[in-house]
Parts: sequence; C-alpha cells; structure tokens
Amino acid sequence: MRNPLSEKVVTIKPSGIRKFFDIVSEMKDAISLGVGEPDFDTPWHIRDEGIYSLEKGRTFYTSNSGLKELKTEIANYIERTQGLTYDADHEVIVTVGGSEAIDIALRAMIDEGDEVLIPQPSYVSYEPCAILANARPVIIELKEENEFRLTAQELREAITDQTKILILPFPNNPTGAIMEKKDLEEIAEVIREKDIFVISDEIYAELTFKGKHVSIASLPGMKERTVLINGFSKAYAMTGWRLGYACAPAQIMEQMVKIHQFAIMCAPTTSQYAAVEALRNGDDDVATMREAYNQRRRFLMYSFKEMGIRCFEPYGAFYVFPCIKEFGMTSEEFAERLLAEEKVAVVPGTAFGDCGEGFLRISYAYSLEDLKIALEKIGAFIARLREKK
Amino acid sequence: MREQILAIIEKNSRINIKELAVILGADELTIANELKAMEEEGVICGYHTMIDWEKTSIEKVTALIEVRITPQRNQGYDNIAERIYKYPEVNSVYLISGGYDLLVTLEGKSLKAVSSFVSDKLSTLEGVLSTATHFILKKYKDHGTILAKKYEDTREKVTP
Repeated sequence: MRNPLSEKVVTIKPSGIRKFFDIVSEMKDAISLGVGEPDFDTPWHIRDEGIYSLEKGRTFYTSNSGLKELKTEIANYIERTQGLTYDADHEVIVTVGGSEAIDIALRAMIDEGDEVLIPQPSYVSYEPCAILANARPVIIELKEENEFRLTAQELREAITDQTKILILPFPNNPTGAIMEKKDLEEIAEVIREKDIFVISDEIYAELTFKGKHVSIASLPGMKERTVLINGFSKAYAMTGWRLGYACAPAQIMEQMVKIHQFAIMCAPTTSQYAAVEALRNGDDDVATMREAYNQRRRFLMYSFKEMGIRCFEPYGAFYVFPCIKEFGMTSEEFAERLLAEEKVAVVPGTAFGDCGEGFLRISYAYSLEDLKIALEKIGAFIARLREKK
Repeated sequence: MREQILAIIEKNSRINIKELAVILGADELTIANELKAMEEEGVICGYHTMIDWEKTSIEKVTALIEVRITPQRNQGYDNIAERIYKYPEVNSVYLISGGYDLLVTLEGKSLKAVSSFVSDKLSTLEGVLSTATHFILKKYKDHGTILAKKYEDTREKVTP
C-alpha cells in the first residue's frame, strides 16, 4: 500500500501540551493550573439568547461571513474600543474561533516560500498553520528582559526579502505580556518601512491590567496592512461556542471569506446569536471578570515574590510566566516532578516554543481558593528543591 | 477602593486584611482604615455567615409575610415597622411599593410557631389591616449563592 499520509503534515510536531495533558488526565486528584480558558461560565443572559435562538428555530446556516447583525456589532465594538472603522459587509468575518481566523488569514496571504515571523513563546498554532499554508516560519525569540515584548530591533533583524507577515500575539499566551502603544509605534515603523503585513491576534484584548488594549491596526498607515483577530472565548468566557472574528481590508477579506466558505461554510448559528447579545449587553460581565482576574494576578505575583521566584509582572491575559532556571531542571522536568510530587499541573514553557525553556505557564483562570492551595503546594515543592541544593 | 472592598467581603467576610491588600494592590493600613471607617459609618453592618439550615438537623421554618397597614399621622410607617422589627424572631422588615406595605421575613422553629406569631402578635397590632403568610419550601439561591448544586470544574485539565 502507498503511504496514505502527507509528508508535510507528518513532519509537524504534535502540540507539546498534548503530551502533558495525557499525563495529567491519568491523575484524578491533580490540581491543575494548566487551563487556557476562563473558569467562569458564559454569562447567563448570553446563554439564554443562544437557547432562545434554538427555540425560535434559528437552526440554519447564516451567510458565509456571518450574521449581518453580528458583523455590525463587531464593527461597532472595534469602533468604540479602537476608534477604527470597518465596513461590516466587506471587512468583517465571523469564524470558528480565533484559531480559524489565523489559519485562513495565513492561507489567504501566503505563497510558497514566503516567510512568516512568529514571536515566541506564543500560542501553539501559528507555526503549524504557517507550515500548512506553505510558508516558512521564522521564529523570533522574545526575551524576559524585555518583558517578552517584541522590540523594533528584534523585528528588523528577522526581516528578509522573503518576509511577508508578522504574527503579533499580544496580550500574549503564555507569557501574559502586552504591547503598549509606544511599543507598537516602534514596530509599526519597521513594518511600514519594510512593507510587510501583520496578523494581530488580539483574543485577550479585553484582559489587560495596565490601561486599555491598543490594536496595531489603529496606528497610522497600519489598518491597510493588518488582519485584526479577536473572538468571544476569553472576554465573554465562551470557549466552547467556538466563535471568533477577523477584520481586514476588503481585498484580503474577500479571499479569507472564500477559504472560509469552502472549508467551513459558516460559524455556528446558535453561537452567533448569543454573541450578538454578548457585544450588546456584555460589557459589565467583562469588567467583573477582568477585576477577578486582576485580583488573582496580584495574588500570584505576591506569592512568587514571597517564594523568591523570579517572575516579570504580566499585564495581560490570565497567565504568569515564572522563571525556574535556578533549579537547574528543564521546564518539562520541573513540571513533571511538580505533578508527581505535589499533584499540581502547570504547563512547561517549552510547549510554546523552545525559548520558553526555563519558564512555566501558570494560568490564573481559577478561583482564589484553588490558587491558594496550589501555590502552597508549589511553595513546599520549591522549598524541598532548595533544601537539597 | 470602597466599592472593591465591599464587593469582595460581601462574598467572603472571612478574608483577612493582608489578603485584601494583596489582591487589591493596596497597602494593609489603607485597607484597615477603610474597613474601620465603614464599620463606624454603618456601611458595614455585620459579618454574617450564610448557613443552609436544610443540611443540618436543626428545624427552622422561614416565612415571608405581606402586611398591609394604615400609616399613622406624622409617623408614616416607621412606628409600626419598629413595633414589628423589635421582635427577635423577625429577620427583616422592608417597606415595599405595590399591593401591600411591609414585607416581613420571619424565622421560627415550626409552622405552628410562625402561625401563632402572625395571628397572636402581628395581626393584632394596631394599624395592621391584613397579613398574608408565605412559607418558604426550598431555597435555590440565597445572597447570590446557588444552594441547589455545587460548582464543578468540567474543563479539560490542560489546554493551550
């Protein structure tokens, strides 16, 4: 029999998180700080709209790019948060999560051999999606001393004649880093000068704890070269609804819609109706959740400081990214031993790129009570390690 | 700051000053001063515990009683409300807009104890025109806390 598989797909490494997941799921009583989704339930009024749409029999496809009502609300939202105007009919698409938007944006813009710049540590799907789109992924290793922000110099050094796209993943999973306006202005200059494009993954835009999130698309001359990606998962605790969106210039959007049309048809209808309610009446829910995350973030920062663990202060998403280099173990070893000895699951930084070595991703999408228990256990583990030294 | 402190201690009055300071990013002295000020001003009236008596072996009956009254000259409803709220078995007394005047919640050891309080004490008060007693059969949610079932984390244990 011939080999049924695509060589390209086979060479893609499975997600580093998967391996860890398998170990953790074996342990029934493990406390996990490894989850990349909110602990809150979707606010009831949003769920209720979804249920209502089902009761009303709204169970058909929507138009390919999404419900007109929803696209309009998305355009309104971007306008009121970023001061950016997108045409709901030609510049907005509703996707199956932000992940689909990343995939179709890459496929719409890449030709074989184009280079895609991917700052790491970052979300696990950029590199494989770039490969699947026939791009050559080029990794930019972000540095702890820059608080894991992307600097203009790092960007400039990575750009070649083949560079077409920069993926800009801020607020960042797994580091919690953000890019403030002045940081963005510096890299925007390079982007315009070198004539490249940006896929800006802003899925955690609502979860910043130091001023409001600024989209790079809102800077002068950047809207026309940016695909802005966001979604409902993190802001409204709607991960399971699988709903994201992208805003981009009509020229790019037209091609993205084409891929989406053939591959997906349309995003789930129930989720789209629920999302309309989220954008119309969900601001208070977002504010409440943001405040809860911020309290937990402060608690974790305090706890790590008490333990004497180095940890830069992250101002976005719901992760902290402490450094464990002092223990002379790889991130994976550390995480595995912590799980075996204290039954606390955290994700090794290397799951998000090689340069995550020496760090752990700790999610604070957990109640303060749970975080307290877990942090005590981590403290005990660390004390034992230091004693042995 | 006050609003944030109140939002937290409304849900968890056992949280200590140090913890409050950490999660609000403030110093302990500020928190302690705010708490003290709010206690003195009567903003914070107590640090109660929410108990689901159903789960204990202690018998308790709670009733909501609608009371219609004749307001008194110069006193309005205050005088009669006071005569009602002074009974220790009365949990709360609210002046209500709509079809009746006072909503009284009452806790008693048994249906009989509550009924006799209503018929002997409440109905006979001067100015009380009528009462309607509703017994609580089951509490699903109280003080913003769902009693019917416990939160369960059904998320996958590790996700990207």
